[in-house]
Amino acid sequence: MLVVGGRPTEAKLVGQIDSASIVGPAGKNAGRDSIGLVVDERVVQEVKGLQRGGAAARAIELKEAAGSGTVTVLNVGEADTEVIIRKAISIGADDAIRVNAFPKDAFFVAQQIAHYAKEGGYDVILMGKESIDFNGFQVHGMVGELLGIPTIAPALKLDIAGDTATLEREIEGGKEVVEVKTPFVVSCQQPMCEPRIPNMRGIMAARTKPLKVVEAIGQSDRTAVAQFALPPAKQGVKLFTVEQAADLVKALRTEAKVL
Amino acid sequence: MSVLVVIECDHGDVKKSSLEVATYGAKVAAQLGTTATAVAVGEVTAANLAKLGEQGITKVLHDADARLKHFVNLAYVKLIAAAAQQESAKVLVLANSNIGATVGSRLAVRLEASLATNAVELPTINGAAFTVRRGVYSGKAFADVTLMGERKIIAVKKNSIEAEHAAGQTAEVVSFTAALTDADFADAPKEVKMASTEGGILLPEADKVVSGGRGMKGPENWHLIEDLAKALGAATACSKPVSDVDWRPHHEHVGQTGITVSPNLYIACGISGAIQHLAGVNSSKVIVVINKDPEAPFFKAADYGIVGDVFEVLPKLTAAVKALG
Ligand SMILES: Cc1cc2nc3c(=O)[nH]c(=O)nc-3n(C[C@H](O)[C@H](O)[C@H](O)COP(=O)(O)OP(=O)(O)OC[C@H]3O[C@@H](n4cnc5c(N)ncnc54)[C@H](O)[C@@H]3O)c2cc1C
Ligand SMILES: Nc1ncnc2c1ncn2[C@@H]1O[C@H](COP(=O)(O)O)[C@@H](O)[C@H]1O
Repeated sequence: MLVVGGRPTEAKLVGQIDSASIVGPAGKNAGRDSIGLVVDERVVQEVKGLQRGGAAARAIELKEAAGSGTVTVLNVGEADTEVIIRKAISIGADDAIRVNAFPKDAFFVAQQIAHYAKEGGYDVILMGKESIDFNGFQVHGMVGELLGIPTIAPALKLDIAGDTATLEREIEGGKEVVEVKTPFVVSCQQPMCEPRIPNMRGIMAARTKPLKVVEAIGQSDRTAVAQFALPPAKQGVKLFTVEQAADLVKALRTEAKVL
Repeated sequence: MSVLVVIECDHGDVKKSSLEVATYGAKVAAQLGTTATAVAVGEVTAANLAKLGEQGITKVLHDADARLKHFVNLAYVKLIAAAAQQESAKVLVLANSNIGATVGSRLAVRLEASLATNAVELPTINGAAFTVRRGVYSGKAFADVTLMGERKIIAVKKNSIEAEHAAGQTAEVVSFTAALTDADFADAPKEVKMASTEGGILLPEADKVVSGGRGMKGPENWHLIEDLAKALGAATACSKPVSDVDWRPHHEHVGQTGITVSPNLYIACGISGAIQHLAGVNSSKVIVVINKDPEAPFFKAADYGIVGDVFEVLPKLTAAVKALG
């Protein structure tokens, strides 16, 4: 099984949200500093997310249940993403691959993943639902198409018996039970399973497990971020007393025009 | 050259978000001096498809194959790709839904197109390049993404554009098929479990949402939320702890780990406004917060608020909404 995840911006988040500090994935290409913008709390969440019942945790759980198999972690990013990669290994992955390149856009990332997934002959490729910075919801579909295999996205449940997987796919207003044969790509909705907190042994072991650094293949010139912008600042909350509840409703009609 | 719009349907009708997508596609077509054709997926009647003329669609391609009633990723992709080829579409517009975005990313590879998901505005067209504003960082910021190359795919976020209704305009509905084989149904659902929508309004599609948190104290008090939702024609939602303890079903939970909603109106009742909750709601147009704690973080993200007890405030709001008529 191959677990892919972890954008570089997740590893080095800094700063508050103001327009000057909004420089994301393509910002670097534009020749500016690559600064991720997300409040610190969410970053911590994301790193925890690796352990918190996401794709990596489920892959390891499945491997343990089957009593065989391997879990490889793959990230497309520069050296600073290794912090996140080691975290994923520390909860029980066997080894890791870092494709040494800035993840320019979804298609670029998908090409790398598809290439190394094919090379490794993985039967299941697990991903997150969407990257926390870019909110693309793109990479899993692209990888599936590049490899000519199904993508199930986003999945709430994943079980595997032999070469058949049973998944629950979320659609607007409901879910579908889907059965597919390996190989396939799955985008995992958290929490898909119990969280896995790394223990001391895992953390020590992670230091010695192999992390292979490989070079990127191909390129993508399909999309580029021209600039980032912020939504207009909120005016501040307009408060009403309990007795003025009816006035609030009126304001929603006449002022906010939403009723 | 034309613009191809993917229309999602359910229970015989076009989804509300797809009416927005149709409007978006027709406007892009107008920008390009061409027409917009639609291709429909899901269960729908021809009469309802013809009504897409109101949004500016001239022609609708429809494959009535019963196997396409529910979402099948591979088959939908093949059908849409065939329609794009037939219409020589250079621009493809879909909903940024679980279905639309999943299909869109696959089509981006198959059609060698550049892709923008989560688009919130019409593109700015500059020769062959489109610049599209899209939501990033869970609605906290926007990125203006330039799409290059000959073909573009845009997945439009819900409630980003208002659906137009030019009464009396109809689209021509044409039957269409794309030689689907068994292999295209590899991911066909074995079972479909749709959430029951008692009020008739599906949360991800709703343009008004009334949401309850732990401050509602227990499931026995949810009639207060439901009454207000009914009076408003809104869907109901909840915070994560509420669904964790089964006061409400899991599919109602919004936030980082649940559904992301972007309605015109989001009313939060007894919800503290934790960052993980806000991640799912902060692109709502207008946020109203009812909380007895004036220090609740949600007030910082709100447009309107009442500092007070939900049990006192909710009945008053419901009565006032009913009085509006
Ligand atoms: C990784 C992770 C992911 C998470 N994902 C989500 C998510 O997707 N969605 C989500 O919602 N949460 C999520 N959470 C949980 C989140 O951090 C908060 O714990 C949660 O949102 C709090 O829910 P709440 O506001 O209903 O409850 P509380 O925080 O307990 O707040 C209850 C509020 O009700 C008010 N109140 C009490 N009684 C009354 C009354 N009578 N009248 C008026 N107001 C009253 C209180 O003042 C308080 O502000 C996540 C947490 C983590 C760690
Ligand atoms: N740079 C990357 N390296 C590895 N996996 C990634 C990278 N970027 C995105 N992904 C994976 O693709 C999923 C969808 O990302 P996105 O399409 O950017 O929202 C994420 O949840 C990750 O699992």
